[in-house]
Amino acid sequence: MGRKLLTEHINVEGINTFEVYRKHGGYRSVEKALKTMTPDEVVEEVKKSGLRGRGGAGFPTGMKWSFLAKPEGVPRYLVCNADESEPGTFKDRQLMSKLPHLLIEGMITGSYALGARTSYIYIRGELLYVLRILEKAIAEAYAAGFLGKNILGSGYSLDLHVHPGAGAYICGEETALLESLEGKRGNPRNKPPFPAVQGLYARPTVVNNVETIAAVVPIVNEGGDEYAKLGVGKSTGTKLISACGHLNKPGIYEIELGVPVEEFIYSDEYCGGIWKGRDLKAVVAGGSSVPILPKELILKTAAGENRLMTYESLSDGGFVTGTMLGSGGFIAMDETTCIVKNTWNFSRFYHHESCGQCSPCREGTGWMEKVLHRLEHGHGSMHDIDLLVSVAKQIEGNTICPLGEAAAWPVAAAVRHFRHEFEWHVTNPKEATAPGAAYRGAPVLA
Amino acid sequence: MAKITFDGIEVEVPDGTTILNAARQIGGSVVPPAMCYYTPLKGSGGKCRACLVKVSAGSTKDPRPMPKLVASCITTVQDGMVVENTINQQVLDVRKGIVEMLLINHPLDCPVCDQAGECSLQDFAFEHGVSTTRYEEERRTFEKIDIGPLIQLHMTRCILCYRCVYTADQLTPERVHGVLGRGDASEIGTYIENIIDNEFSGNVIDVCPVGALTDKTFRFKQRVWFTKPVNAHRNCENEKCGGRVTLWYKGKDVLRVTARKDEYGEVKEWICNTCRFDKKETSDWVLEGPAHINRASVISANHYELPVVNPQVLADLPESTTRELERNPPLRLGGING
Repeated sequence: MGRKLLTEHINVEGINTFEVYRKHGGYRSVEKALKTMTPDEVVEEVKKSGLRGRGGAGFPTGMKWSFLAKPEGVPRYLVCNADESEPGTFKDRQLMSKLPHLLIEGMITGSYALGARTSYIYIRGELLYVLRILEKAIAEAYAAGFLGKNILGSGYSLDLHVHPGAGAYICGEETALLESLEGKRGNPRNKPPFPAVQGLYARPTVVNNVETIAAVVPIVNEGGDEYAKLGVGKSTGTKLISACGHLNKPGIYEIELGVPVEEFIYSDEYCGGIWKGRDLKAVVAGGSSVPILPKELILKTAAGENRLMTYESLSDGGFVTGTMLGSGGFIAMDETTCIVKNTWNFSRFYHHESCGQCSPCREGTGWMEKVLHRLEHGHGSMHDIDLLVSVAKQIEGNTICPLGEAAAWPVAAAVRHFRHEFEWHVTNPKEATAPGAAYRGAPVLA
Repeated sequence: MAKITFDGIEVEVPDGTTILNAARQIGGSVVPPAMCYYTPLKGSGGKCRACLVKVSAGSTKDPRPMPKLVASCITTVQDGMVVENTINQQVLDVRKGIVEMLLINHPLDCPVCDQAGECSLQDFAFEHGVSTTRYEEERRTFEKIDIGPLIQLHMTRCILCYRCVYTADQLTPERVHGVLGRGDASEIGTYIENIIDNEFSGNVIDVCPVGALTDKTFRFKQRVWFTKPVNAHRNCENEKCGGRVTLWYKGKDVLRVTARKDEYGEVKEWICNTCRFDKKETSDWVLEGPAHINRASVISANHYELPVVNPQVLADLPESTTRELERNPPLRLGGING
């Protein structure tokens, strides 16, 4: 069993209260940072730790923090992106509802490092009950003197607010999140300027995922070097993986980066294999927007090496034979799954969530959904399969924000690896649309 | 000042200029098309993606190419930047894709649309698009909405460029946004109806690149290419309105009044609703002379003599060009074709 840095005490009775959390070593990082470290030293520790953003893109957090513009006399902000809405990803919800003080502790330490005097947690609108948990925890932290004016007598003051979204996936995109936080329509902004220069209220802002901010706590407690010892290569530390789909033990696992994918799926320590004794067909490794991979390619890379749960190993082979770690939404599909139906389902989601601001995504997501609907219901033609690839290509890279890519990648990857299955839907529409039908031919591997 | 190379042409522009505006300084066929960007409207641009270009060298300091195509209307120039537009196949392919995307939910009702003939989407599709469609599904449709007695919104034709939204933003501080819904179900919302009290609300008609917002005093009166644009002015009582307009004549009747637009279809000065909707007599105006219309535009087809090419000039042209001219004569050739 690997080390658990974030979720060690997650099952302790009453850990969501300040007292119990404090008893289990909570808020040590705040004490350590505020009393013994300068803000730059905290940033330095985060840099040393090699921590990479846990929200999906995997950008080095220390580097992001050091990019923050620091003009004199202008407020800066740390914003926590808790708008977790990627299908397949549900790690932040659990972390916040069980360990609200861990996030608050990370927010205080992180805000201190960045010199922010006001910080925000932007939480997904559907998670109202979590918002209440967080608000209660924040009130406790204020009462205990960890938030508010002159924290622990250090002269540093911080106000922390929780703000709920109104239920839009696009508000998880950092600039759309900032727009929404400002009270506007959640449309992504054109970049540049980047949030590090002009973010919330046109002030320098850092936007980090919940898990990233929580990971600051063990980094400050144990030191960046110690944190960097966990993991493999540039993928350091631990990562929460929300495993779902046709697994014996779906759930949230904190893994040390570097666990082989095969071990993660089949060992009893983690997911315990595929349910009902069936065979694995495909895996979406990092939330619905990353490319889907067939069993053969998710367990081993194209070169025949074991695939590991790291940023590098999962993206080995680029998008031809690889995928991404993304936000850690691990969706496993057994042999009875219809890939066409699944792709249509994802596509429907992106069609519904596109903000409609830029034309390729607004029109393209709907188009792909309609073509996939046709294919899934047995009215498609061979020409439609190429059309899908073509439309996906027209969206990819030409949009304002990454939602366009998130919509295009899964479709392109599904056709790339499961083209036979799409063709089978065209040639055998009756069989393919029968209830419970599933194609069992071999996938395309490269 | 920053020096950039655009399609192989060097141009020097002030720092902070966008790539699109740098290209407009060069002018001519290298200028990327723009469907949503509108110079007078702060915040516009970046949405339609029609102006995407390839930056093959970021700057002298950092000559790496930019990984993705960038929207030229919102990307500012850097000294030493090298930009490819019409000479880059990827850019042209993507632009073709953008036309396709903009058209899949467009009704293509040009034969009954008042904007036809002066429609940016028509021009854009004609220049960059393909003549067939791969879209078989039903198109998005909306009911027509009257925005006050003078303006009609036909959302079905809208390409969601947000120009009218920014115009409304500029006209009145109380309005926050005018788009409701999201994705391909988003529409210009009722908020915009609230601005109809504003005396400059008619300008949303001029900024609309397509026929989504039309002048109800002109609807179905005449095809624009049968009308003749004449610049005129009057002393407008409204101090914010300069009263400099274009009158669109059919015979002796003023059918329509619009603001004056430049060669990129951009309004130079907003005009008030009184000038636009109420002053439709020649006696209201001081005429200045015919408005300049691009010779390639269908509007100029009925009004101007086609230019006569001097045979002397023709003799000096390379043979390939003369052959092309004979096969496909765009001009009346003096002396040769009579």
